[in-house]
Amino acid sequence: MNPQAGFDRRAMAQRVARDIPEGWVVNLGIGLPTQICDLVSADREVIFHSENGILGMGPQPTPDQVDPWLVNAGKQAVTLRPGASLFHHADSFTMIRGGHLDLCVLGAFEVASNGDLANWTTDSNDKTPAVGGAMDLAVGARRLWVLMEHVTKKGQPRLVERCALPLTAPGVVKRVYTNLAVLEVIDRKFKVLDLAPGVTLKEVQNLTAAPVVS
Amino acid sequence: MIDKRVDNLQAALAGIRDGSVVMVGGFGAVGQPDFLVNGLAEQGARDLTIVANNAGWNRETGIPRLFDLGRVRKIVCSFPKNSPAFDDLFRVGRIELEIVPQGTLAERIRAGGAGIPAFYTPTGVGTPMAAGKEVRTFNGKDYLLEHGLRADVALIEAWRGDRWGNLSYRGSGRNFNPIMATAAQLTIAQVHEFPELGELEPDNVVTPGIFIHRIVKVVP
Repeated sequence: MNPQAGFDRRAMAQRVARDIPEGWVVNLGIGLPTQICDLVSADREVIFHSENGILGMGPQPTPDQVDPWLVNAGKQAVTLRPGASLFHHADSFTMIRGGHLDLCVLGAFEVASNGDLANWTTDSNDKTPAVGGAMDLAVGARRLWVLMEHVTKKGQPRLVERCALPLTAPGVVKRVYTNLAVLEVIDRKFKVLDLAPGVTLKEVQNLTAAPVVS
Repeated sequence: MIDKRVDNLQAALAGIRDGSVVMVGGFGAVGQPDFLVNGLAEQGARDLTIVANNAGWNRETGIPRLFDLGRVRKIVCSFPKNSPAFDDLFRVGRIELEIVPQGTLAERIRAGGAGIPAFYTPTGVGTPMAAGKEVRTFNGKDYLLEHGLRADVALIEAWRGDRWGNLSYRGSGRNFNPIMATAAQLTIAQVHEFPELGELEPDNVVTPGIFIHRIVKVVP
């Protein structure tokens, strides 16, 4: 495959941002999904939720806008847009678990063609297990999209028939955005909705350990 | 006259015993009652069970300081990453970890404070988190039984608090603080301002003083 082909990380986040309709309430997981917030222009009214008690996050602050009392789930400084509100953790997870979010975008280690998600532990003994809000978001949001690299650093597929890692939730992922393609999880297959520039269906199939259809 | 204000840390933390379950508010550094937690390190109670979302990171201050002093037997936590002091103890099996999904942790605390002993949640079904837990089906969907959580002591942070213990918060500083305030035998709040009684607009009180037993002003 041409090394120039595919989306870079910013383009991956941009590709997700493009698909979020105005009016949705959206939670963004830590890591790359957080960048999506900056890529939806303020004139499109998408309401970003943060599990630590914010609705209506705005773009990243400039250095003189930083408020040390206002952080997102990744503990980075954020801003509030007009219309924002603040609340405590039980209310925040009422929104999450109660099915009030239109969408959650999370990173992942593995996604299976039956929609299983593994994103909380790599299960190696020396690492501290940490789950955060991922399990609640995965079962609670009306739609779950995953944003991740198509393969691991060692080149192993992350889209698989069955997750080898401990699950975050079974059967929840609806769509996957990778550096190579946008794929819908449907009928135990990954259906390609869009290919990144310079990437072919054959290449996506070769780097996916589950059936890929167009 | 009701006056829950105390003028020093010793008075704020008096009577916290060895073996206590201590809830500590905060999400990352925001809303974390480090003034009280550092005071607890001085106060000396040991064999503690800490309930907190994170396990801290900077080992000079807060919960990591309690770890380094060997005061903590167990932590109930959703995200104990990026805490070298915790990692050091966990790696050699010198601290017990109960890992709890963040929303389940919040709801266990809310339930504990609200007099609800247990509840069913969809979170964790079909994952390692379900091990040993009762599963029950409602309307064709599976749920896990989780238990309410109460503590001997809650250490919380708010922005302003009056002598009755009415509290208001700032920014994302609410997080676990208002719910932990409801779930302990003894709730101690650190605040940054002591407004006069009546100065906090009743409309803007987030934690009513009924949940607060002692309140102390942070000395920077």
